[in-house]
Amino acid sequence: MSAREIEVILSRQLADCLSVPVFIVDPVGNLIFYNEPAEEILGIRYENTGEMPVTDWSTRFKPEDDKGNAFPTEKLPLVQTLETQMPSHGEFWINNLRGALYKISVTSFPIMGRPNRFLGAIAIFWKIKEK
Amino acid sequence: MKITIWGCRGSLPSPGLEKNLFGGNTSCIQIEHDKTCIILDGGSGIQRLGDALSPEVLEINILLTHLHIDHIMGLGYFKPFYNPNCTINIWGPASSSKSLEKRLKRYFSPPFFPVQLKELPAVVNIVEIDNSIFKIEDIVITSEYLCHPGPTVGYRLEIGKSVMVYMPDHEPALGSSHFPNLSEWCSGFNLAKDADILFHDAQYTQDLYELRKGWGHSSIEDAIAFGKLAKVKKIVLVHHDPGHTDVQLKEMAKGALQNITPGLEAIMGKENAVFHLP
Repeated sequence: MSAREIEVILSRQLADCLSVPVFIVDPVGNLIFYNEPAEEILGIRYENTGEMPVTDWSTRFKPEDDKGNAFPTEKLPLVQTLETQMPSHGEFWINNLRGALYKISVTSFPIMGRPNRFLGAIAIFWKIKEK
Repeated sequence: MKITIWGCRGSLPSPGLEKNLFGGNTSCIQIEHDKTCIILDGGSGIQRLGDALSPEVLEINILLTHLHIDHIMGLGYFKPFYNPNCTINIWGPASSSKSLEKRLKRYFSPPFFPVQLKELPAVVNIVEIDNSIFKIEDIVITSEYLCHPGPTVGYRLEIGKSVMVYMPDHEPALGSSHFPNLSEWCSGFNLAKDADILFHDAQYTQDLYELRKGWGHSSIEDAIAFGKLAKVKKIVLVHHDPGHTDVQLKEMAKGALQNITPGLEAIMGKENAVFHLP
């Protein structure tokens, strides 16, 4: 298999070393990695999901707003970053795959390689409430 | 393809009787193929190369991996720059902000050097590359950013089925997940894959590497592990630490080259060594 760009490889390395949850996607939105702290919130190990297209991960955790309505996929910060190649931020609820309901705060930003190559996006997120 | 090492010392030129065998000049390798002349990096070794070059060679391509001083310090002393009949194309990595030309001008200007880039008599063309594929005559060249501080690329040169790869400054153990097992997540893997000959950074012993992680260089053991992962046929270990004498480099080689995988040949790079690929 071909190797990924060095910026993406280093992003994964950094994510792997952090205790803040991190989720990384490629330029078309395929999930390519999330770290152990993210596994805790999402309720499933990366080894068990592997890579996932955007259509899967954006619905699999059933994002909801405060009223329990489905959170529009296009408003998810990572999806917005993929669209605009700009940082984005948002808060919403997710259904953890172990049955827990967490409200998370998400900040996403593009991976822009030298000199100006869009290589994907990174989301960092953290739990702010749970039900 | 004829490949000549004109300099394989890392970081700082280090002449001396105790370093005569491996040489003291910094990074510079020449590729000759038919009438094409390609020079990989402009370290102090390029000065001797310039003196040895046939006056009939009037077009030269210099491929810079990056602009750390040990890779460009010889440029101002390269004779063809002072020949108005020469055309010199300098290829090098793009950065996020300043152009390659602006960054090169930092070197070609006082107080570092008395002659400015625009004052050089030769015709000088500067070409920025990133993760690129380009051709020089019939040589197909691929460049890709590598794990090393600052914008740094490695080069893969292909002529027919012959493949030569050059990554003198590279720290794959830092820039890879589960090194040296996952090729998909290993810096430099695409460039090095299945190469006939790979010139790779091997500046440190494993003990020294533990003290210098993140400086952008490899231990001799990691360089060999990278060569195994990429399934190269031959690895030439270069960018020797300026503090290492011939005796120390021989000792390092003896230790690290003992358990080489069958099918992989590993040798220490030496100044003036010549290699041929069909």
